[in-house]
Amino acid sequence: MMQFMLLFSRQGKLRLQKWYVPLSDKEKKKITRELVQTVLARKPKMCSFLEWRDLKIVYKRYASLYFCCAIEDQDNELITLEIIHRYVELLDKYFGSVCELDIIFNFEKAYFILDEFLLGGEVQETSKKNVLKAIEQADLLQEPRHEYFNVPVY
Amino acid sequence: MPALPRPARMVLPSLKLQELIQEIRGAKTQAQEREVIQKECAHIRAAFREGDAPQRHRQLAKLLYVHMLGYPAHFGQMECLKLIASPRFTDKRVGYLGAMLLLDERQDAHLLITNSIKNDLSQGTQPVQGLALCTLSTTGSAEMCRDLASEVEKLLLRPSPYVRKKAVLAAVHMIRKVPELSDIFLPPCTQLLHERHHGILMGAVTLITELCERSPAALTHFRQVVPQLVQILRTLVISGYSTEHSVAGVSDPFLQVQVLKLLRILGRNHEESSEAMNDMLAQVATNTDTSRNAGNAVLYETVLTIVDIRSASGLRVLAVNILGRFLLNNDKNIRYVALTSLLRLVQSDHSAVQRHRPTVVECLRETDASLSRRALELSLALVNSSNIRSMTQELQGFLEFCPVDLRADCASGILLAAERFAPTKRWHIDTIMRVLTTAGAHVRDDAVANLTQLIGGAEELHAYSVRRLYNALAADISQQPLVQVAAWCIGEYGELLLSESYEETEPLQVQEEEVLMLLEKVLQSHLSLPATRGYALTALMKLSTRFQGDNNRIRRVVSIYGSCLDIELQQRAVEYNALFRKYDHMRSAILEKMPLVEHGGPQDDEPGEGKEQPWSPKREVQSPTEPPTSNLLDLLDLLDSASGDAQPPPALDLMPGGSLLHLLDLPSNTPSLAPIPGLKVFDREGLQISLSFVRPPETPALLLITATASNTSKSDVTHFVFQAAVPKSFQLQLQIPSGDTVPAQGGPPITQVLRVLNPNKAPLRMRLRLAYNHFGQSVQEIFEGRNLSQKFTQDPVYHRGSKEDTSTSDIRILVFLAELPTSFPYLHSPPPPTGEIPTACPHL
Repeated sequence: MMQFMLLFSRQGKLRLQKWYVPLSDKEKKKITRELVQTVLARKPKMCSFLEWRDLKIVYKRYASLYFCCAIEDQDNELITLEIIHRYVELLDKYFGSVCELDIIFNFEKAYFILDEFLLGGEVQETSKKNVLKAIEQADLLQEPRHEYFNVPVY
Repeated sequence: MPALPRPARMVLPSLKLQELIQEIRGAKTQAQEREVIQKECAHIRAAFREGDAPQRHRQLAKLLYVHMLGYPAHFGQMECLKLIASPRFTDKRVGYLGAMLLLDERQDAHLLITNSIKNDLSQGTQPVQGLALCTLSTTGSAEMCRDLASEVEKLLLRPSPYVRKKAVLAAVHMIRKVPELSDIFLPPCTQLLHERHHGILMGAVTLITELCERSPAALTHFRQVVPQLVQILRTLVISGYSTEHSVAGVSDPFLQVQVLKLLRILGRNHEESSEAMNDMLAQVATNTDTSRNAGNAVLYETVLTIVDIRSASGLRVLAVNILGRFLLNNDKNIRYVALTSLLRLVQSDHSAVQRHRPTVVECLRETDASLSRRALELSLALVNSSNIRSMTQELQGFLEFCPVDLRADCASGILLAAERFAPTKRWHIDTIMRVLTTAGAHVRDDAVANLTQLIGGAEELHAYSVRRLYNALAADISQQPLVQVAAWCIGEYGELLLSESYEETEPLQVQEEEVLMLLEKVLQSHLSLPATRGYALTALMKLSTRFQGDNNRIRRVVSIYGSCLDIELQQRAVEYNALFRKYDHMRSAILEKMPLVEHGGPQDDEPGEGKEQPWSPKREVQSPTEPPTSNLLDLLDLLDSASGDAQPPPALDLMPGGSLLHLLDLPSNTPSLAPIPGLKVFDREGLQISLSFVRPPETPALLLITATASNTSKSDVTHFVFQAAVPKSFQLQLQIPSGDTVPAQGGPPITQVLRVLNPNKAPLRMRLRLAYNHFGQSVQEIFEGRNLSQKFTQDPVYHRGSKEDTSTSDIRILVFLAELPTSFPYLHSPPPPTGEIPTACPHL
């Protein structure tokens, strides 16, 4: 299973953190700090996998954002890359040509989309269409309804 | 006094989320950002206190953003609960998100959401159920899982796929937290596999995987679904392109990978299942489009499955070949997984992996550290006797340029491989030397011991080794292991340096003075570790006998170091000084070449402790700095330190039988029995000790004594310890005895081998001491044997015993010599270890 996913910028600022294992706030911060440092230190041409503690880290850089997942020993690294890519595609479809700013200003949406794609560290829906449909329907349920037709604003 | 107007919070209105974010981003410094956030948090706190329901979700959203930046947000925890309990979907959405971010298992408030989740699961609309299931799967604690298991079970049977797929994964999480819940979730699984909906299938396969991993019974149960899984795979592979689920020409790679993983678990160690999936695996392996990563991901999983189950050999070869193809792929990630998998295979399918050795070696040149590390591990695993030379060449090349954190592994890998497969001794020595020069700081501690031992054993290569080491040392004195070996070698074989040139190296004109200067340089250099200095000092000392010139220079150095601050060096210097002054006549004997010693071999785990092992029977109660509580100890200490073992002697094989044969190194030769009669030295109350002597003809200075203790009495002899000491000109080694108990009535005797080296051919004198428990009492006996040389004469052995209290039962026998030559200063008037020794033993 995936243990956690982190999104962070080139400056090391955290944009999204999804944890599928119970850890204290302090531990989460520590792990985040260490990993961000390790991944940012990697050179551009290096491979996307690295061993860290007893986990495998799969990371990929999209424009100015690093998508970083921690998977367990028996998981398939290559399919994790596909998972990351699928998530980016979903964000792209939802926001329309997504960029880092979209994720910054609509971070809760990024979480909602992720929660329709992965659940408990596993893939729950392999159809892009179904994920996006679910998000749309949930958006429509938000109150007051007249506010939520494009990108909702809190 | 009029009441103040409404609190200041209305002066600055609370920001909308996006405005807040903008303002935070606009802050130019950390301090400014902190200020903005603190102000806003104060607003949020106030809003929470006021209980403003419609705006609560906005406030929480802001708080969550601030939390992501790293600021404390615990005061929002209760708000999450309120929002979750609210009927509005917007509230629930943010509330559940907040719960997932702020309310992990360790928080007290965590359990409070259980009720809300329960309500939402049973009565909520589908999206609400989805939210609840999501939160449960992300942060559900074990207790929550127990409470809510039945609700989730109900949802597994609902018609809506949206909820079912989430319920299945919630079940996975629950089983992870509370394995007992497997019983509830096992029955629905088979049914779930019949679903068409990919999301539910994904969940079902994941659930079955989780169940099988946790319980062998479940594993057996689910073997029946193998055909169904194969069918699912077949549908995916054959059905072809489907816009909804395809990625880069591969049908639903996520599902394929998940199914393959489950097949792997089911087929492992099970012929029948493996057989059922063989064809399908072959089909997937050959038909998957590998132009993009998705296809490679599926192929990778297929390979992993093939090698893990009982697949046909043709299929295995196919799998290894696929990995070989991966190795040639341009994509670094693919190469990485290939190397990882090949490493796993190298034990089981060695020859198949060997075929790809050249490609693996190529990967050593990768710039990427993760890849080169994998390549290194794999290369080391592929070394065998036929490719040792070329592989070592490659690995040495790698060692020179590899990143620092890989150096230690590479160096020890090369050394290990060299030890196992070295074609010639000279090659072996060269290899070790090269490793020491390239990566000296990173080698393991025992490399030095191994090399000295190797060189010591290769007599024909002494001159060659000493020259090469001398040159290396002259070039660079910073690599400590190399310096240590070089110092030792120069000390042992210094005279070979001065002699004429050895044919295979360039002529080397070395003067005595140069050698001494080099060793002094090592001694004085700040780069040298204390251990290295010790080596250098001892080497200098040895050269005093090897070199012809006068020893003034050496004497000077030795006496200077007599006041060195380092205790070890000081002790050595003082002892060497004493050698020069008082015991000059013994110097050459003491500083002789080291005898050939047995090698523990690569199985020996701690050859580095060789210094301790051979002397352990004597050293049990002794440490160098202890005051002479017993003169015997000092005698032994002096014997030890003076026999030139300042450098750790290589590991001694401590098996009595084995060492003998190895020493002789002539497999066909049994130790010849020199005509020395055995001797019974002790007989008391049924306990008899006899000595037998063997002098191997090849080494006339060596005498092997076997002490045998046998017991014909009615009572067992326990805690038996036998010890011996010899005068200084001899060298004695006690091997480990076969036991410490001689059972009664002629039970198996204890044997112990003593090795005595008598280079001066002096008459042997030996003191023997026994300690044991017999008939409920402990006994100590000391006696002496004289003239135990070529011809053993029946010298009178006298018994002197003392009865000890049982309270001091465990006194070890120390041999001490009653009559000693005056050259043993410490032993002038040896006090007995405990109590008075009566001149007449009551029992004799």
